[in-house]
Amino acid sequence: MNCQECDATLNIPDDASVGEIVSCPDCGADFEIASKDGSNFVLKQAESVGEDWGE
Amino acid sequence: MSKVCIVFDRIRSEEKMLQKEAEELGCNTSMLDAKITQINTDSKKDDYDLGDVVLERCVSYFRGLHFTASLEFMGAPVINTYDVANICGNKMIMTLRLKKHNIPTPKTYFSFSSESAFENLEKVGYPLVIKPVIGSWGRGVMPLRDKDTAEAIMEIRDINDGPHDRIYYLQELIQRPPRDIRVITVGDNVVAAMYRKSLDGFKTNIALGADPELCEVSKEMEDIALKASKAVGGGILGIDMMEDEKTGLTVHEVNNTVEFKGLSRVSKRNIPKAMVEYALNYIRK
Repeated sequence: MNCQECDATLNIPDDASVGEIVSCPDCGADFEIASKDGSNFVLKQAESVGEDWGE
Repeated sequence: MSKVCIVFDRIRSEEKMLQKEAEELGCNTSMLDAKITQINTDSKKDDYDLGDVVLERCVSYFRGLHFTASLEFMGAPVINTYDVANICGNKMIMTLRLKKHNIPTPKTYFSFSSESAFENLEKVGYPLVIKPVIGSWGRGVMPLRDKDTAEAIMEIRDINDGPHDRIYYLQELIQRPPRDIRVITVGDNVVAAMYRKSLDGFKTNIALGADPELCEVSKEMEDIALKASKAVGGGILGIDMMEDEKTGLTVHEVNNTVEFKGLSRVSKRNIPKAMVEYALNYIRK
């Protein structure tokens, strides 16, 4: 699967879960795994850090 | 067989650890993404895969708080409860609660406009630490050591003018070693504690790269942590303390959706397992 920003190859482990964040090793863009079917993943743009994020 | 539901908006290693431990304890699990879940006033608990107990783990405080309110409306048991999240999510409300329950906590000044906050600073004297009432990971926390810095910070607050920017939370600067202590409490028990050492400067947040080091839990530390937990309503919490050179341990924060990746690296205790066991006992009561 390729990065939607820079087309670099994204290495997503087979055991990755829906909701996990995948970062592009080249451009640093973050994607969230939106759904998964076997080793096929659908990615969406990850949310950026919000003012209320944390513990 | 019991089922544990983990509500998330971003899966971190903490949520994966909780799911794994729940499954190893023989539970079923469900993972519920708050971002894509729709709820209405006719919603029923059975409309969702909420299991027997819900662990609310959203990284966004307001999302988690309002989601918890919705789940409690449907009658689902949620850890932590809305009331606990509401108290811990706002530093001013949390500090008032700690003080009311005689938990040692730094002296804190509240003002409700920049003019009043500045007047207070001039009266009390520098330095004081300014903290946003909502926020985490040390964001916006800074020592005000002189008038120029204070004026700059308050001008930025006035320009931003968010609802919480008008609430000024100014705290005495505690003289302490360059570290603080994070104690994780689960119900009536302290599970583990760590020192968080600042790398270079004022802040000790693990999220900012501070170095975790296992801390032996003293009787005093345990007593204070459990009293602080009780003061905010109990549950699964992260109690942050400083070692005041003059007065001893003082609690400066109680965290509602506690992160434990750093402490798990150094603790011999299985922290997520203790959390899941607490959740299972919570519904048996």
